Amino acid sequence: MTVVGYLVDAVSLGALYALIAVSVGLVFGVLRQVNLAQGEVIAFGAYSLWLMRTLPTWLAIVLCFGVCIAASLVLQVTVFRPLRGASALATLIATFGVSYGLEALWLIVFGPSGNTVSMLTNLNDTVIGGAVALRWITLVEIGTAAVLLGGLLLLLFRTTLGMRMRAVAEDLRAARLVGVRIGRVVTWAFVLSGASAAVVAILTTVQTPLVTPTFGLTLIIVALVGVVLGGLDHLGRATAGGFVVGFVNSLLGSVLPEQQLVYVTSLTFLFVVVVLVVRPAGLLAPRGASVERV
Amino acid sequence: MSAALLDVAGLRVTYGRAQAVDGVSITVGEGELVGLVGPNGAGKSSTLLAIMGEVRRAAGEVRLRGQLLPERPEDVVRLGVAMVPEGRRLFASMTVDENLQLGRLARRPGRTPRLGDEEVAALFPVTTEFARRRAGLLSGGQQQQVAIARALLSDPDVLLLDEPSLGLSPTIVTSVFSALERVNALGVAILLVEQRAEMTLEFCSRSYVLVSGRIRFEADRDTDVEDVVASYFGLDRVASGGR
Repeated sequence: MTVVGYLVDAVSLGALYALIAVSVGLVFGVLRQVNLAQGEVIAFGAYSLWLMRTLPTWLAIVLCFGVCIAASLVLQVTVFRPLRGASALATLIATFGVSYGLEALWLIVFGPSGNTVSMLTNLNDTVIGGAVALRWITLVEIGTAAVLLGGLLLLLFRTTLGMRMRAVAEDLRAARLVGVRIGRVVTWAFVLSGASAAVVAILTTVQTPLVTPTFGLTLIIVALVGVVLGGLDHLGRATAGGFVVGFVNSLLGSVLPEQQLVYVTSLTFLFVVVVLVVRPAGLLAPRGASVERV
Repeated sequence: MSAALLDVAGLRVTYGRAQAVDGVSITVGEGELVGLVGPNGAGKSSTLLAIMGEVRRAAGEVRLRGQLLPERPEDVVRLGVAMVPEGRRLFASMTVDENLQLGRLARRPGRTPRLGDEEVAALFPVTTEFARRRAGLLSGGQQQQVAIARALLSDPDVLLLDEPSLGLSPTIVTSVFSALERVNALGVAILLVEQRAEMTLEFCSRSYVLVSGRIRFEADRDTDVEDVVASYFGLDRVASGGR
């Protein structure tokens, strides 16, 4: 592969992690709480795609959205609502517990060896063969992420729902005083977060069709690293942070010699440690910004 | 006796074991301009926040035209009680215009607002002058005007203000208060919380003096401000005062 190939791959993985970061950031924005179980919402989508492998593709995709949004809302009602007013740490631990619980459930129900979702496999064909080795899925990923992130920007800055979401994110109490119905805004955040989980589930399973029990957790940990890197309290920076981590991860994977690939994750985390030591408020936060205490 | 517009009876607010508001009763009539003064920590802000439902009412009742107010601020504001919180609490990263749009969220449907958009804009010219500017970039006085305009756009029957003079220069305070006077003249009742007793006594037709979570006495324009200040320290110089 050439440098162009590496870069395009890195952009596409960055785009994928940006989408995951957005789905975490949306909920964090309105609730100031981190949803560590977001990866399992994606896993719900991926396993549902496997269960629906005999259905027509379009139907499976539609149902995958339904499953992810439902999973996200169930999480809201069963974990976040009872913990309203609790410390951010409490939700962090609770969602971590949910993550591990679901991971065990996947292991019991689907087994440890993984399930192969063979959907839209022709997207893995190359657009340009030879040295560049550009696959359709890479372009689809970049395109989808760009469209969705653009759509989200429009939603946030051009609709009244978006305005209400931003108001809640900025000052919850003031938002309530002017009449923003918090419950609805929070529900919308979970719906949008679930929908982006579905997109991630579909794109990921097309690219790497094997769904294993640790599928969700692996995705979310790397994405969260990006979110923290960018700055959790700012949706745009969190998203950019997700992109940076995906990008770096992919480049390291491409550049490192084969026998050193096991170090990709370690090197990514090293990068994060360095960033957080030098700029504790996040790589992309303005200088002098305070550290978000989670 | 006809029901007051806003009727607070026996209101209590507790934070843990501390009694912030200890059985406060206040009434505000239609179109009335009422003050609530008291030293720092007397429970003035807590009283206003409890009326809105922003802090929990541990006991007591809050009624608007005889109807009990709901528990959540987003519902209270929809019935015609709006609040300008202490420190203004504008959405700093949003434009002035967006702040005002959020203010209109709580308008009661099918009702012509007492103060329309144009009237509010005329009362607070900064809202049109800086409509596209981020609210956080405005000066304190300008922010206070936007905050009052935002609250007014919900078309309230009664406006609660928490220390609107805080951190403003004397000239700005004068202009903010003269705007409030005009708002009141248009029929919006006002409950004004202030630490500055003299100014508030002068400005309002009636004022309650709140000390340590209790109404010490009711004052009016003729009350000697010395008596009010003395009551802050538990020195009741007013024969009728003290409970």
